[in-house]
Amino acid sequence: MAVVFEKTKMLTDAPLHYCPGCTHGIAHRLVAEVLEEIGAEGHVVGVAPVGCAVFAYNYFNCDMQEAAHGRAPAVATGIKRVTPQNIVFAYQGDGDLASIGMAEIVHAAARGEKITVIFINNTIYGMTGGQMAPTTLIGEKATTCIYGRDAEKNGNPIKMCELLATLTGPSYIERVALYDAAHVRMAKKAIKKAFTHQVENRGFSFIEILSSCPTNWGMTPEQALAFVKTDMQNFYPLGVFKEVTE
Amino acid sequence: MKELMKGNEAIAEAAIRGGCRAFFGYPITPQNEIPEYMSWRLFEVGGTFVQAESEVASINMLYGACGAGARAMTSSSSPGISLMQEGISYICCAQVPCVIVNMVRGGPGLGGIQPAQGDYFQATKGGGHGDYHMIVYGPSSVQECVNIMYEAFDVADKYRVPVMILGDGMLGQIMEPVELPPMKDLSNLPKKEWATDGTGKGKDRRIINSLLINPDDLEAHNNYMLTVYEEIAKNETRYEEYMTEDAEIVLTAYGTVARIAKSAVNIMRANGMKVGLIRPITVYPFPNKAYKDLAEKASVKEFVCVELSVGQMIEDVKLATEGKKPVKFFGRNGGNVMSPEDIVAYVTKEA
Amino acid sequence: MENKIIIAGFGGQGVQSLGMFIAYASIHDGKEVTFLPSYGPEMRGGTSNCSVVVSDKPVASPIIAVPDMLIAMNKPSLAKFENKVRKGGTIIVNSSLIDTKVQREDVKAVYINANDLAVEAGNVRTANIVVLGAYTKMSGDFTPEVMKAVIEKKFAKKPKVIPANIKAFEMGYNLE
Repeated sequence: MAVVFEKTKMLTDAPLHYCPGCTHGIAHRLVAEVLEEIGAEGHVVGVAPVGCAVFAYNYFNCDMQEAAHGRAPAVATGIKRVTPQNIVFAYQGDGDLASIGMAEIVHAAARGEKITVIFINNTIYGMTGGQMAPTTLIGEKATTCIYGRDAEKNGNPIKMCELLATLTGPSYIERVALYDAAHVRMAKKAIKKAFTHQVENRGFSFIEILSSCPTNWGMTPEQALAFVKTDMQNFYPLGVFKEVTE
Repeated sequence: MKELMKGNEAIAEAAIRGGCRAFFGYPITPQNEIPEYMSWRLFEVGGTFVQAESEVASINMLYGACGAGARAMTSSSSPGISLMQEGISYICCAQVPCVIVNMVRGGPGLGGIQPAQGDYFQATKGGGHGDYHMIVYGPSSVQECVNIMYEAFDVADKYRVPVMILGDGMLGQIMEPVELPPMKDLSNLPKKEWATDGTGKGKDRRIINSLLINPDDLEAHNNYMLTVYEEIAKNETRYEEYMTEDAEIVLTAYGTVARIAKSAVNIMRANGMKVGLIRPITVYPFPNKAYKDLAEKASVKEFVCVELSVGQMIEDVKLATEGKKPVKFFGRNGGNVMSPEDIVAYVTKEA
Repeated sequence: MENKIIIAGFGGQGVQSLGMFIAYASIHDGKEVTFLPSYGPEMRGGTSNCSVVVSDKPVASPIIAVPDMLIAMNKPSLAKFENKVRKGGTIIVNSSLIDTKVQREDVKAVYINANDLAVEAGNVRTANIVVLGAYTKMSGDFTPEVMKAVIEKKFAKKPKVIPANIKAFEMGYNLE
C-alpha cells in the first residue's frame, strides 16, 4: 500500500497528555516537522518548560533538557554556548515565559543568543488549573480573577512580541495563531523562518503562538478557537514584528 | 618559581587548567575577580563566558551547559548563592556534574562583604528543596584552592554531582605563592553518554530531567542517590590533623579559620599547652570517623570548634564525636575575623 | 624568621602596592608570604591597609593581631595601630604627613619624611617606595638587589618611571 502520510520522525510515539481541543499538539507537530525539514536530527537540543508542556521532553524525538520554571532561555543559552553546532530551542508557555521567566527571556533576546523560542500564549495557567496569566485579557475570567481581569486590581496583559522587538538582539519575531487550517500553515512557515535564522546564525528568533485552552476557559473546542480568532487576535495582532534581513 | 596570585584569580586559572571551558556568573563582592579573570581568559582557550542577568540565570545556564556535557562553572557569594538554590536542587536531581564557588560573606540578608562562614548549613545540608547533597570542599590556602579546583571537574564527573568550593572573602582576596598545574589534556576524558550534546536520535536520545512524577520512581531515584553519597563518603572524605598525637584540647575549624587556629596551636604549644587541630577539607562528606577516633582517645579532654559563624559546623562535630567529649564553641561573625591570639585567650580562659 | 607587617594609610598612597612589593620580593627570594588586603568600599578614598606575613616556613594565620612592624603612612593609621605593635617591634612613621610622635617607649620608632624624599626623587607618588627602601634596610628580610629587581620587573611596562622609583628606593634604603 502506498504511504500517503507519515508522522514526522522528530516526534516520539508517546501519546500526548494534552486536553481535547488544546493546540499544544499542533504546535509540537509544527516544530517537529520543521526540525525534520531543516535536517536538524542528530544536532538539536530542546528545552522543556514548567507548565502544560512540562512533558515536552517525552514528545520531541531529540536530546531534551527539562528546565526550572521560566529558566528555559538561560538553559538554552548554556547549551548553545557550549555546543554552537546544535540547533537549540526552548518551548515555553505564557506563565513560564512572560511572568516568572521575564528576565531570562528578555536577556537571552537582548544578548542575541542564537536560539529559537516557541512561546505558547493561551492567556492562562493551564497546568495549575486556570489562574490568571501575564497575558490574560482584560475582562477575561480566571480562577484568580473570577469577575474578569481588571486593570486596576490585576494589572495589564503583556505583549511579548512588541516588547522584545524593541531590542537589538533578536533577528526574527513573529506572532501567529492556530485557529484554522490556513493559520496553521502560516504558523509553520513562521516557525521554519525562525529556525532558519538560527541555522544562518543571525540572532535570537521568537515565535509567539496564540493557542486555545478550552478546559480552563470553560469552552468547547470550537468556541475556544473562535475566542483566539476574535478576542485574542484583537489584542495580540498577528504579524512579523522584527526581521533582520542582512 | 612559584607565582604570587590572589585566591580568586588562582581559582579561575586552576579551573581552566582543570578543563573548565564555560563560565556563567553575576557580579557580587567579594568574588568579582573570578568572573573578571574568566571573561578574557576563557576566550584564549576556546571557551565561553556569559555575564548573566542574575544568579538565577547563571545557575540555569550552568545546568544547560553541563547538561550538554561541558566542563563549566559559576561563582558567587552568599546572597547570590541563595538565589541559585533552586537551580542547584534541579541540578542535583538531574545528576548534572558542575562546579560552584562560594566566597562567603557575612549574612543573613544583604549582610556585609567581609569574610564569614555562615553558609555552612546551606552548603552541606542541601540548601534548596528536597533530599540532596553536593561535595563541598573548605580549602584553607590559595594553593589548596588550586589543587582542589584542578580536580573538581573530575570528581564532579565521576559521581555526577555538583562540587562546591566553600571559601570566604579572605580566601578570595589573599595573595600567596602558588604552583599552578599544567593544562589538563581534555581529549581523553570519558565520554558522557548521558549528556544532551545534540547527537541523540530516536531511542538513543538523552533527557536531562528532574521531574519524577511517579512516587515510586522518585523514591527509587533518591534511594539510588543515597548509595552515591555513601560512595562519595567512602572515597572522597578528606581532613588534616595537626599535633593531635598527644593533644588534650583539640581545636577544629575549616577554611581560612583553620590556619588561624593552626597559629593559635603553635602559640599554645610554645606555652607548653597540649593543643592540636583537626581540619575537615571536605565539609561534606564530613570526616566523621576521624572525629570519633579522636573523641575516643583517652588523651583528648575536649574539643573547641572555631567558626566565623554563630555555631554551624559544631553540630556536625557534636554528631561525629557522639557525646564522648565536650565540644565548646568560639566564633566571630558578621565579617569580623578572630586572630590567633583571640583563640589562645578563649582556650586559656574557658578550656 | 617570620615578620608580620601591617601597612596602613589612605587610598591612593600606594599602601597596597607597598605590601605587594614585599610579597613579590618574597616569591623572588623563595620565601613564604601571605598578602591580605582590606577590601570593599573602604578602599575607595578612605583608609586602606594590608597585612603581610613574610616567613621561611609556610604561613599559618594571615590575620595579624600583634604586628612586628607597622608602616603608618598617615595620622589615623598611626592612631589605629600604634598600640597593637609587639613590644620591641618597629613603627615606621611617614613624618611628611604625621606631625605627632609615637607615644610608646617599648617600640622602635623611625620617622621618614617619605613624601618630601619622593619629590626629591622626582615623583611624589614614590613615597611608598621610599618607605619600601627603609623597610628593606631595617627588616633585613631581603637584600636591596632583590627588591630593586622586583621594582624593575613590576614597572617593566612603564620603563619611564623606573629611575625615579629606584632612586626613591635607594634614598629610603640609605637613610640613617
